[in-house]
Amino acid sequence: MEKLRILAESAKYDVSCSSSGTVRKGKAGMVGSTVGGVGICHSFADDGRCISLLKVMLTNYCMYDCAYCINRRTNDIQRATLSVSELEEITMEFYRRNYIEGLFLSSGVVRNPDYTMERLTAIVRDLRTVHRFNGYIHLKTIPGASQELLQEAGRYADRMSINIEIPNEESLKALAPEKDHKSIFLPMSQIQQGVLENKEDRKKYRYAPRFVPAGQSTQMIVGATKESDLDILKMSNAMYQQPSMRRVYYSGYVSVNTYDPRLPVLKQPPLVRENRLYQADWLMRFYHFKVDEIVDDKHAHLDLDVDPKLGWALRHPEFFPVDINKASYEEILRVPGIGVKSAILIVNSRRFNRITSYHLKKMGVVMKKAKYFITCGELTSNFSQPIIGINELRPERLRPLLLSKAQQKKAGEEQQLTLNFEE
Amino acid sequence: MTVYTFDTTLDGLLTAVFDSFFRKQQDVTLLADGEQLPLFADEPHVVHTDSEKAERVWKGLEKYLSKDGLRMITVSWLSEERTLNQPLFNFICKVFRLKVNGLERNASDSDVLEVRNSCRRVLHEQLRMKQFIRFQKAKDGTYLAVVSPDHNVLPLITDHFQDRFNDQLWLIYDAKRHYGYYYDGKTVIHVTFEDEASVPFDLSSGKMDADILSENDQLFQDLWRTYFKAICIKERMNPKKQLSDMPRRYWKYMTEKNG
Repeated sequence: MEKLRILAESAKYDVSCSSSGTVRKGKAGMVGSTVGGVGICHSFADDGRCISLLKVMLTNYCMYDCAYCINRRTNDIQRATLSVSELEEITMEFYRRNYIEGLFLSSGVVRNPDYTMERLTAIVRDLRTVHRFNGYIHLKTIPGASQELLQEAGRYADRMSINIEIPNEESLKALAPEKDHKSIFLPMSQIQQGVLENKEDRKKYRYAPRFVPAGQSTQMIVGATKESDLDILKMSNAMYQQPSMRRVYYSGYVSVNTYDPRLPVLKQPPLVRENRLYQADWLMRFYHFKVDEIVDDKHAHLDLDVDPKLGWALRHPEFFPVDINKASYEEILRVPGIGVKSAILIVNSRRFNRITSYHLKKMGVVMKKAKYFITCGELTSNFSQPIIGINELRPERLRPLLLSKAQQKKAGEEQQLTLNFEE
Repeated sequence: MTVYTFDTTLDGLLTAVFDSFFRKQQDVTLLADGEQLPLFADEPHVVHTDSEKAERVWKGLEKYLSKDGLRMITVSWLSEERTLNQPLFNFICKVFRLKVNGLERNASDSDVLEVRNSCRRVLHEQLRMKQFIRFQKAKDGTYLAVVSPDHNVLPLITDHFQDRFNDQLWLIYDAKRHYGYYYDGKTVIHVTFEDEASVPFDLSSGKMDADILSENDQLFQDLWRTYFKAICIKERMNPKKQLSDMPRRYWKYMTEKNG
């Protein structure tokens, strides 16, 4: 029990948790299934993050010395190693009680990458063949592991991931002297190749075993180095160009090794910035935005006060107002306050009758934001004053109206001069 | 004002639709049997549930609605919300009156939107059941879970659990509606207990009595609680998010929260 605690605490800084991407029906004689689309989160920890997979390390002994990592060689923390049978039993018993959706297995590097990867592979092979486990398995790839091992592991795992951590190679080298970008991108491209080959195979032979059916994911640390949001988003955009890359995660840096001079000391993880990055990520994946629309050289950092979509809208008043009853789906998606769900509802409903602001409100559109950016039948009658949109107000006067109360107060305080009464 | 009363079954509601067209009456107020009549109401028409008439109405619906639209009706009915009766009735009447295909997609109609939102709430809760059901293992190898969902969602989730745990025996029991589903290794059976007081588990906390709990179940429950505590990052505490994703009303049956 103590071991599980230590190893879970070591693994928890990895943010990836999703169990999506594979649809696999239950099979007779095997335990478990995976659901497609959205995975199932089985619980939510006190920090609000979902617990979907049993996220655990095989061991937290590590021969590497990465400055941002809690398990670095030079850290004086409790070390433990789970035996293979222990890990397998815990996984199976948890799964049968509907605690978890599957296993997320990672490990510190012991002896050499190949040795570690081999042990990870052995566990997933055992789970699939001996325990007949049919649930979700997410396996971390060890940087520098050989291709044969990746090939074998990929046949058993649903998703494999390897973390970029730092988008800039020089910063990575400064913080993690044993790693470089080659050791990360090489396995990534090998897995991708495996996925593509497997796709071809499955076209010819329907029952060819699947290879990493849920694709890959990766993670970048935010706020540990000087990278701007532009660098980070450029990198994730490049990642999404790869056909097998499904998700890029952003992890606000938690100061775990405060003594290291190479790292900033943060009182709090940069949660707002992390949130804005995820919002930008969503814009790229679901809202048909391009990366250079969200950030460019002039705006290398995302605005912390307003979300990236609203930020884009304020920079592009010429795009608005959008006519809800005529505009295309893509245009409606760009309106702040309208999300994917309400955009679909709008496009479906307007075949029957004209949409008015009353309908929009009922459908769940955030009219507080959206009303400045749209026209629809009658906007005037419901709001007592004549319609004032972004073009009448000008962006710079609209912006303060859209900030939340707390942000307004903060901005007010910054403008006010403070007198220093000390001496 | 025309008032109909019906027996709060889906068949009854469909029969009411049939009657309203048969009697050429529009703007019907639909009430459940025994509900307080509104002021100045005429003598209400009592709908006698007739499965043949209901079947005819359903056949008609199949012509105009897509599969999703039909499912929307059956799923939203599981919500057991009293306020759903009128909008659902209006929605079905509208389908036949307007005679357009795919009316279920018109979210600008308030009746459609209400049915739709009801359906959404039910689907949301069935997902939550899939997430938050916690099994305990009994000595004879049966896995037991007790729940009390707001809506009657058990029929929606049995397929999922049958598919997933097809080699173990399990029982999911709804403590609020006093019935459950038992999987015997082959099929899922609807079960009720004659004497609920004598069941070997606690209906208010879902805990199995210690003498029938399998021997190492307690160990795994403790392991799970340990894991649950360990995975949290202290620097990022966010109880608000936790509560919005995992509302407190579900906690009483969850191993990690009721220990």
